[in-house]
Amino acid sequence: MLTYAANRILMMIPTLLGVAVLVFFLLRIMPGDIVELKLKADGAAVSEETLNAERTRLGLNKPMAAQLVDWLTGLATLNFGMSMWTGDPVSHEVAIRLELSIEVAILAALIAVVIALPLGTLAALFKNTWVDYTIRVIAFAGLATPSFWLGMLMILTLLALFEWAPPITFTHFYEDPLANLTQLIWPALAIGYRYSAMVTRMTRSTLLEVLQEDYIRTARSKGVYEWLIVVRHAMRNALLPVVTVVGLEFAFLIGGLVVTEQVFNLNGIGKLFVEASTRGDYTMVQALVMLVAAFFIVVNFTVDMLYAVLDPRIRYR
Amino acid sequence: MSAVSLDAAPGRARRRHPALLFLKTQPLGTFGLAVIVLMTVAALIPQIIAPYDPETVDFASMLTAPSLAHPLGTDAFGRDVLTRVIYGARTALGLGFLSSLIGSVIGAVLGVAAAYFRGTFDLVVQGITDIFLSFPIIILALVVVSVLGKGESLGIHWNLVAAIAVPIAPNVARVVRAAALAIREMPYIDAARAAGYSHRRIIFRHMLPNIMAPWLIMFTAFIAQAILLEASLSFLGLGISEPTASWGVMLSGHAADFYSEAPWMILFPGLAISLAVFAFNLFGDSLRDWLDPRLKI
Repeated sequence: MLTYAANRILMMIPTLLGVAVLVFFLLRIMPGDIVELKLKADGAAVSEETLNAERTRLGLNKPMAAQLVDWLTGLATLNFGMSMWTGDPVSHEVAIRLELSIEVAILAALIAVVIALPLGTLAALFKNTWVDYTIRVIAFAGLATPSFWLGMLMILTLLALFEWAPPITFTHFYEDPLANLTQLIWPALAIGYRYSAMVTRMTRSTLLEVLQEDYIRTARSKGVYEWLIVVRHAMRNALLPVVTVVGLEFAFLIGGLVVTEQVFNLNGIGKLFVEASTRGDYTMVQALVMLVAAFFIVVNFTVDMLYAVLDPRIRYR
Repeated sequence: MSAVSLDAAPGRARRRHPALLFLKTQPLGTFGLAVIVLMTVAALIPQIIAPYDPETVDFASMLTAPSLAHPLGTDAFGRDVLTRVIYGARTALGLGFLSSLIGSVIGAVLGVAAAYFRGTFDLVVQGITDIFLSFPIIILALVVVSVLGKGESLGIHWNLVAAIAVPIAPNVARVVRAAALAIREMPYIDAARAAGYSHRRIIFRHMLPNIMAPWLIMFTAFIAQAILLEASLSFLGLGISEPTASWGVMLSGHAADFYSEAPWMILFPGLAISLAVFAFNLFGDSLRDWLDPRLKI
């Protein structure tokens, strides 16, 4: 088990290296020139010397190979370079925004699981009744509703009912937990709806499969209470695929954050990503892509390890 | 009794056309299909259906509430929301169909080739798809957008199509590869190889037709994803831009400034996105149940 874990951790290195090289080359074929974009933003006349000086400062006129070596050695020492737009270190720009995004993601995950497990179970237990149909339609609608539009509808409703508009500044949880939660619960709900839809569908379908098993029939014939069968026999065995979906979707939450943060005026990782892509800020985009990839790999690893804890039949060697 | 005499038995209903069977056994899928047909019509002939021009600014009727003249109201430039929703269908369905088609075809070719040739080629394809699959599709699309910028020719935003197709291809490649690996071991492929057919003929004539079922399901499902992605990118200002009618554009920028004055500006484009994605998902799901219920995609 321990050797397996160690091997898996070692295996992450080539994957991350692959991502790093791929991202580097993808961004270097970009047609726009960040320096011109930045300095000539307001149509100002800028001399060629100024442009070249800026290119030297950003390391853009070094040969491609040297830039790649810089990037990779930087990664190895966790130095992501400076943002080409603001001039501050990338790690700083990310750090000041990370707390907010992680908090929204965790809230969204909690909301999703709390909604999805009971709904998915109910749908499976009342298969092909109106309960099942209603829950499935709710879940299907969750997959179809864009989270940013859901967010806009929430703001619309909150404005009409309570004259509440999303605040411009972020309140930290340790400063004022209530203000923090009232600010972040809405984006978390907007993203969590789609998330919960995925988990609901997975819970329903795996539970339906498990309920067909022989040991469930045995338990029934022994006269075990139906709720006990569901909780003790069925749920525990249906949990594994559900954990996979929860994990995978959690790793992908940044996708929802990218658009939803915009709606709620939240200055998080998602908004940073959008701004960096719009401005062609390579260093920022490549660092953020690395962050997303690393996060995905770590979450995947955690889910795999969780399997062994949840299911005693699984023993990695 | 043989099958022949059954068919010939008098008074027995003739075998239905499979398409009719779909309509009969998949009511939800039929609903999805109906919505898709309706939206396709809107996308093909918006100039006949829509009451106004989608881009003409009319300051005399800015932000008017829904009325008989403007059933869904007007926006901040006095443009009719209904008209723009109808023209938006052209953008959404056109881009969605095109990018899903391109992505799915590239994915299918890569997947089948990887499964057929195995070896190094398979490993390379798998390695690359694995890297791409560790990103949410919108992140990949954003990277492609920031690499390519915006570009348009023949009235189609090719860079946007690429941004949407790139994340679709590896997803399709993975599923198609798995399906093709199973087919590769079938006796008829051995027979084709023994008969001395070329690789190309085996791949295109023998393998591709047999992975059509999962491919078609994925293609439909990814049209839904592509519509969602186009709306999201346009909303962020990285896809379609004003004044072109697109559901994402209608929700972006100034729409949010009029939350309390003109909620219809936000309500209807979003409903259109949800309905379109809902319809394609529903249709794709029913298509799977109908073609091959054992498939897990």
